[in-house]
Parts: sequence; C-alpha cells; structure tokens
Amino acid sequence: MRDAVGRVQSVLLVGGSSEIGLAIVRGLPRTESAVVCLAGPDRPDMERAADALRHEGVARVEIVDFDACAPGGQAEVVATACADEPDVVIVATGYLGDQQLAERDPEAAARIVDINFRGLVPVLVGIAQRLRSQGHGTLVVMSTVAGERPRLANYTYGAAKAGLDAFTRGLAASLDGSGVRVVVVRPGFVRTRMTAHLKPAPFSTTPDKVAQAVATAIDRGSRIIWVPGILRWVMMVLRHLPESLFRRLPG
Amino acid sequence: MPRRGAGDASAHGPQRQELLLTGWGRTAPTRAVVARPASADGIDDVLGGSGARGVIPRGMGRSYGDAAQNAGGVVVSTQGLPGSVELDSAVGRARVSAGTSLGKLIDHILPRGWFPGVVPGTQFVSIGGAIASDVHGKNHHRDGSFCEHVREIDLALPRAGRAALTPDGDAADAFWATAGGMGLTGVALAAELQLRPVTTAYMCVDTTRTADLEQSMRVLADADATAQYTVAWVDLLSRGGAFGRGIVTAGEHAAPGDIDQAGTEPGIAVPPNRRLASVPVVPVRTGVLHPGAMRLFNELYFRRAPAEPVRGIEPIWGYFFPLDVVGNWNRLYGRAGMLQHQFVIPETAAARLIPMVERLVADGVPIYLAVLKRLRDASGPLGFPIRGWTLALDIPAGAPGLREALDRLDTAVADCGGRVYLAKDARLRAELVPVMYPRLDEWRAVRDRLDPARVMRSDLDRRLSLVAPQSLT
Repeated sequence: MRDAVGRVQSVLLVGGSSEIGLAIVRGLPRTESAVVCLAGPDRPDMERAADALRHEGVARVEIVDFDACAPGGQAEVVATACADEPDVVIVATGYLGDQQLAERDPEAAARIVDINFRGLVPVLVGIAQRLRSQGHGTLVVMSTVAGERPRLANYTYGAAKAGLDAFTRGLAASLDGSGVRVVVVRPGFVRTRMTAHLKPAPFSTTPDKVAQAVATAIDRGSRIIWVPGILRWVMMVLRHLPESLFRRLPG
Repeated sequence: MPRRGAGDASAHGPQRQELLLTGWGRTAPTRAVVARPASADGIDDVLGGSGARGVIPRGMGRSYGDAAQNAGGVVVSTQGLPGSVELDSAVGRARVSAGTSLGKLIDHILPRGWFPGVVPGTQFVSIGGAIASDVHGKNHHRDGSFCEHVREIDLALPRAGRAALTPDGDAADAFWATAGGMGLTGVALAAELQLRPVTTAYMCVDTTRTADLEQSMRVLADADATAQYTVAWVDLLSRGGAFGRGIVTAGEHAAPGDIDQAGTEPGIAVPPNRRLASVPVVPVRTGVLHPGAMRLFNELYFRRAPAEPVRGIEPIWGYFFPLDVVGNWNRLYGRAGMLQHQFVIPETAAARLIPMVERLVADGVPIYLAVLKRLRDASGPLGFPIRGWTLALDIPAGAPGLREALDRLDTAVADCGGRVYLAKDARLRAELVPVMYPRLDEWRAVRDRLDPARVMRSDLDRRLSLVAPQSLT
C-alpha cells in the first residue's frame, strides 16, 4: 500500500532497463521492504539495473521477460509482473527508431509503432484490470511532447506516442473512481542513451528531473505533466501554429 | 459509477456500493465494495461470501488512517444495523449495538444518570470502532481504556458463526485480541458496557495555564494525582521560552450542588449537544490552515484561559468533545489531508519527550494541534497505552520533509520502548511494528484461531503486515 506520505511498497517498471523509468523508480520514496519488478526484453541490462537497485537498498528485485513485439502471451506477463500488488506501475518502454529508415522500410516503421504503442495496449489493459481489482495504485505512462505535433525528424515515433497518450487518457477516464490514478508524462528532449546521438533540443531535461516531476505529480494527483513544466505552454502555442509556419521551424 | 465517500457510510444507502474510502485524515483513498447489511445475519452473509481481498468492518469512519479501508475487498458497514441501547438502570449496564455512536448512547443514558466509562475526544465513534481501537480518554490514567469497561462482545466470526467474548474466563484471550485488534478478529455486533453513575450533565473543571512544555508536563502529572479527567493542550508553534506552553484541564463530574440549576428529579437535565457549523469542501489542495494563522489561533486560545488557575463548570459535551461543534473539521486541511500522529513513551523515558518534540519542530514539521496526556498500561496484546506520556499531533499531510522527520521520531520512540497508535496511523514503517508491539505474535496466534482463513483484512493490515508477518523471500 502507498501510505499517507507517499511511500510505496511495490513498484513495477515496464521497460525494465529504461533510464527514465529507473530514475523514476529511484525517485519514489519506498519502504525498507519494498519490491521492484523490472519487465522488459533485454535481460542483461535488467540484471545490471537490478544489481544496482539491490545495492541501493531495494529489498527485493524481480525480473520478468516482456517483449512488446511478441505476439500474444501478454496476459501471463502482466499476471507475473503484478504478483506483488504494485502501488505504482511505470510504463517507460520507448524506441525512437530511425525515421529516415522508416520512410523506406515499412517493417521498420511498423516496429516503431509496435514497441511504442500497439504492443503496449494489451499490457495497459491488463495492468488496468489488475489495479482496478486491487482497488488502489498509480499508473505512470511515459508519453512525449513529440506526440503533440508531428515533426519531420521523428513523426513515426511521435505518432505512436500520440496513440499511446490518447489511449492512456481514455483508460484514465475509464478508471475514474476505481481507486486507480493515471499520470501521463510528456517530457521534452531527455538526455539518455536513446537520444545520445542527437543534438539536444531546447528545453532539454534529464531522467532525474523527470523522476522528480513524476514523484510530485503522484503526490499531488496530477493527471498530465510536462517536463520541464514550461513545455506545457510552449506546446500549446506550437499545436496552434499554422502548418506552413510550423514546418519552417528549425529541427 | 463509484463515487468518493470519505465520511461515514450513510444509514440509508443501498446495501452494496463501490466507494472510494479514506480515514478521517483523508489521505490514501482506496476503493472497496461497501456492504451495509440491515441485520446481524446480513453481516454473517457478507463474511461468508467474501472474496480473495477479505473484509473489514467500518463504523463512523473516524479512525484517521486506513484502519477501516480494504482496497479491492469488502468493507462491511455497521451503520445499516438497527441501533439499540438496552439499559439496566439498576446496575448501570447497557447492551449496545455495535453501530451505535457514543453520542447516541450518551443521549440515551445520560438523562437516566449514567455515562460511558471511557470516551475519546469525539462522540462520533461507534461502539464497534471504540472496541477495535480500544480508545482511551482523559481518564486513562485512572480508569484505563474503553474495553476495560466492556463486559461482553458479541463477535461475528468469518465462516464460524458467533462468539460471546468476555474479559475473563476461557475466551479472555479472544476478547483481548479483539480489544484494540483493529477490526481484524471479526465484526463486533453488540457489546455490554459497564457505565459510570453521574448526577449531573456538567463537569467541574480546573484550568491552569502553563509557561512551557516542562511546566505543562509537571502540572499535568500533579493533576493526575487528584483529578479523574486530565489533559493538556500544548502550543508547539510558539517559539523560544514559550515552546510547549499550554492549558492543563482537570475535570470531575459535577454534583448537583456544584451547579446553580435545581435538580429535576427523576431525570438529569442535559444541556444541548450543539453543532455550530460544518466545514464545506475546501477546494485548495493544502487547505486553509497555515502555520501563521494557527500560531495566531494558538495565541488567542492560550490567552482565553485565565492567567491564574480557576475552577469552572462546563457542559459535558463541550468538555469531552470540543471539536464536535464543527462538522467535517478535517476538510480544513484541504485535499492533501492531515495526519494525526500519536505516540507514547514509557514513564522511565519521560526526559526524552521534550528533545523528541524539539527535534520534530526543528525538522520543520508544522504541528497545528498537540494534546499531551499520561497513560497507564494496556491490557490487550495490541493495546496502545503504556504507563507514561502520550502526545497526539495534528499535522498537514502535505508538509515537506514530514516523511523523514516522523521516521526519525518513530525510531526514537521505538528505541525507548514506546509505540505509535495504530488506530490513527497512516504511515508507520512496517519494520517497527514488532518492535513497538512485542506481543504481536501472541495477537496473531489468537487472531488466526478466530479467523484461520484470514478473511479479515484491511489496508492498515496490508501496509503494516499485521495479520501475516512480512515475507522475506
């Protein structure tokens, strides 16, 4: 149970080696006996992350193999991953892909959509059901400002995240009154492995800053957050720019 | 569509309803199916048909934390049961249904010359809740806690019928596991209470103003030697030499000669039980209370008490239940809610109390209301009181640094053999429960005998691993 001062007993991270996801896990106040479950496709990375978490004092770390692209079997994955009654579930699976390749290779484009959106839908449905039946919990889903207005540089990724964002907000509405809360997180450019080869965009941020913002959002019961917060207003303007003008913007 | 219902479950609602529940502190809401049976048999049915997430009883929803919540499970309300009070005036015993509030009980018995043996700081507590939390009051130093005045508890056991528990005899261990057992041994249906004879509905109250925390403690300890009811309000927002200044009140039930009004035999004249106002929902997350405003309130409250000790007469309601005149006062703390943190330390560690509180204040914890009281030892294995000093602190739940500051306090309290009151807890670390409650295993064994299938569960139990020890796998 998450207690009155926000301490958690059990956390599930989908995208178990995600830098942002792991930063969020670390940023949550936890009990001494807290359990963390990492679910993702890359076991060696997750093992390393698990060792680090144990070293930092997490009492127990579980690892569950989960591949968003795998056909079927997601129900079992969700059941195993939710075995410890998670107080917070973070869905941080993310795959930027190569936009130029995706324009030539339909499979590459589909893969971006699969990992960022299609493959997560059954998982989100399953997790929502679990949380609903346990009567409490917070679901944190990593979206992105790139989903708010598609840009040439990463529109397949942006479109997939836009789908995830929209689906999550609908799911959140369906969970109203269930005791389950949902936080949609829309960071700007986050400096991680995934973006290491790119030039940081304006208002870029770090996994730790995202983690702090998420911890605050959970405390306050916020439903959608932007990191940094100013992006909320920047994106509000950008969403309303005429297409002709928007395309001429740098990046 | 489930709706949010933070308060007590209404007596007239449907029999089964999904609700988001919190305790009186309005923190950590969780959803449960709230069943509101209209008969004791209905309670048996709920207990018999519970799902994997179990059942917990709920009365008036006045415990501050998550004791009467059961996320994803069933919460069985006692508020749908017919209320009944059967008073035997000759011996001062009353058989009371578990959903009856102390206020309703007093309404019935006070005009007939009787008063409950123990009352807590509010009349909006059900008999079932008073048993489950084994509540204490201003007379604890002399008369012990609520269950020491209970002669029998009718308990509905999950899937095992009913049991009549008495404080001595064969089933004494089940009685004392239920007293303060946080509702986790079964659902109390009714209880027989030994009452106290009174001759008026008024109290004689000696009021003494104290200059600092040390003097507050000394005056309170002195008052305990002579008075039946004692308590100290202390101001922990004041700084410097005035830190912990307070008002110590020592009360006795007034005799007809103490009050001006003529006796109205055969009954006792009872003053009105007033409710002045009710707080609406406060749309501000952190509420309308702020340290500055509370400091001013404390100043005025302190000044209101005469500088020299005085004796006065007060109506019984206002004396025992001062906050009850403001309905839903918990809403003043806003959506973020409040914690009432109550701990006790043994008499031998009394010298540590002041440094503990000073540390808490130095850590920046805003303590809006603080009540100091001396207790005697508890009887049950999960009983809270220890012979020593208890402090109850009202704190806004959103206060920065609260988690670490209270954790430090818990450690200090556990180190000197003290404990935190489970009935009010919303954030204790599970690891400290066996340290603070060394008879926890004894309680678990009796509890498991009463409910081997572990049907009785609550959020408090899950958070603190009360029913089952923490798994170390």
